[in-house]
Amino acid sequence: MNFTLVLFLAFIAITLGITAWASRRSGSSASYFAANRRISAWQNGVAVAGDYMSAASFLGIAGLIAFFGYDGFMYSVGFLVAYLTVLLVVAEPLRNIGKYTMADVLAYRLHPRPVRAMASLSTLVVSTIYMIAQMVGAGALVALLLKGSGINYQTAVIGVGVLMIVYVVFGGMIATTWVQIIKAILLMAGTVLLSTIVLAHYGFSLSQFFNDVAQVHYHTPDGKEVVKDFFTPGLRYKPPYGALDLLSLGMALIFGTAGLPHILVRFYTVPDARTARYSVVWAIGLIGCFYILTTFLGFGAATIVGRDFIAKNGGNNMSAPLLAQALGGSVFFAFICAIAFATILAVVAGLTISASTSFAHDVWTNIVRHGKEHDPGEERRVARISAFVVGAVAIGIAILLGPTANVAFLVGLAFAVAASANLPVILFSIFWKRFNTGGAVIGLASGLIGAVVLISLGPAIMAVDPPTVVGAARHLIQRPAVFPLENPGIISIPLGFLGAILGTLLTARDPEAEEKFTELEVRANTGLGSEKAVAH
Amino acid sequence: MAASNNPLSAGNSAWTRVANSGDFRKLLASKKAFVLPATIFFVVYYFALPILVGYAPDLMQKKIIGPVNLAYLFALSQFAVVFIITYLYVRAARRFDEASTRILAEAGKITGKEN
Repeated sequence: MNFTLVLFLAFIAITLGITAWASRRSGSSASYFAANRRISAWQNGVAVAGDYMSAASFLGIAGLIAFFGYDGFMYSVGFLVAYLTVLLVVAEPLRNIGKYTMADVLAYRLHPRPVRAMASLSTLVVSTIYMIAQMVGAGALVALLLKGSGINYQTAVIGVGVLMIVYVVFGGMIATTWVQIIKAILLMAGTVLLSTIVLAHYGFSLSQFFNDVAQVHYHTPDGKEVVKDFFTPGLRYKPPYGALDLLSLGMALIFGTAGLPHILVRFYTVPDARTARYSVVWAIGLIGCFYILTTFLGFGAATIVGRDFIAKNGGNNMSAPLLAQALGGSVFFAFICAIAFATILAVVAGLTISASTSFAHDVWTNIVRHGKEHDPGEERRVARISAFVVGAVAIGIAILLGPTANVAFLVGLAFAVAASANLPVILFSIFWKRFNTGGAVIGLASGLIGAVVLISLGPAIMAVDPPTVVGAARHLIQRPAVFPLENPGIISIPLGFLGAILGTLLTARDPEAEEKFTELEVRANTGLGSEKAVAH
Repeated sequence: MAASNNPLSAGNSAWTRVANSGDFRKLLASKKAFVLPATIFFVVYYFALPILVGYAPDLMQKKIIGPVNLAYLFALSQFAVVFIITYLYVRAARRFDEASTRILAEAGKITGKEN
């Protein structure tokens, strides 16, 4: 039997065991949605890292560096610096103010129903598009990794989808948290091991390694051999718009992370704001080490495996696994592939729980039921049903799109929406007394619409493909792009802020919201009245 | 534990009393004195990277240590900046924690409830 498959099955068995254990502890809303708020700082920090380091990080960034050198490393920098926004501005107030979702922070002093409706819509959009990107990637990856074992794209997508539904429906936040923790530990172990082997390959001489990075050989599509210095910026982001695009990407990364619903909900699982802070510190430590090591993964794949070989054997997303194969043989290859699989599974589970929690808590309990469960356990029941629906929809769309679909832009879109729609209104709710319901609704709407429209008019959706590109890999609109940048952040983020500011200033002052600001300020900064951990 | 563990109901003047207390105002001011400059610094330092890489490519491609150019070293320095600001914030936040513990103790006296 395929060794990769054995490792996959081992991971599945362990995580299902945890889910069974967690399901006996998910008997209340606080346990189902927030793991009883008893997750410790290191556990939550590792879980945040697990939720964050998606396949886009592990496989995607390694691949971008392997193919484009320095420009790929820019992602690594942005993904980490983003955590300063989370640490300094968002994590602690959010933990003190809210209960289960991002919308809790907005609803605290604004009119809850319109604000929750928009915030939940934004949460569902961000989570769903992020999830579809992961599912398509997962299906293609698993099918590639298990080639010859009879598992094709459809089976792989259904398998991943069913597993994530099982974790979330039965195990709730407790199971999801532990799946993240195991995955993050595996991912770190694999990354450290792979980096060490790359260094060993160069006799532990950084200077030899860097010398090779400065002269990477590969062939252009027309068969010409070229030698490039991979420390040189601009191999991917080329003139005339490359520099602007890189800036726009950076904005989406460092402002978007603090608006990603599946990261934010993690801070409700800890006992208090202080623990939330220390969990960000743990996350920064782990995520920082990981992204520094992408130097070895990415540049190592470029120098040791080579762009030509990777392009012929699965494309740039296979850079890290192929590097493992080149250096450690088929057993190590299987190990790294299993880690990639665990990575995807854990991230989609995190996305599913944040989407279903938002639907159950924001839309059902607070909008439909006006803030009261009709019978005990209703909120959890609705969350389980919506997790099932969200999962089924994601499976359906991923199968419909197929393995060659051009979905890489979806992760960028998720970050852009999070930065443009979510972050401005979170900040203003916490720091701007005058902020009102009109500002929140218009801010969310303008950020969301701005990001979606600009992506739709940009080169990810609009381009003229040569006839050799077929099916779902073709761009949706076969015309030259109207908006020249891949990343809309540079326009859509200011648009989100502007919408929130104008929406506030152009609608009537809300004395009640302004009066409650005092209460929010006290609560956010002292934890007075905040949700407490559940006792044994 | 019930969901409504809010010791001070909305509109209670005790919220206002805490909010107006000197200790609380001092806490907000000292938080702002750290968070605002730190945020401005890291945002400016971060955006200097894509801006210089994009608009001053010759400078950024200057080799500094062997084959390693300024662009890569600047990128690495971002990691150091993140770690340093994190360390400084955690250190400063210990003072914030002490202040808020003191304020909560006061609030407990005001409402006659331990929190």
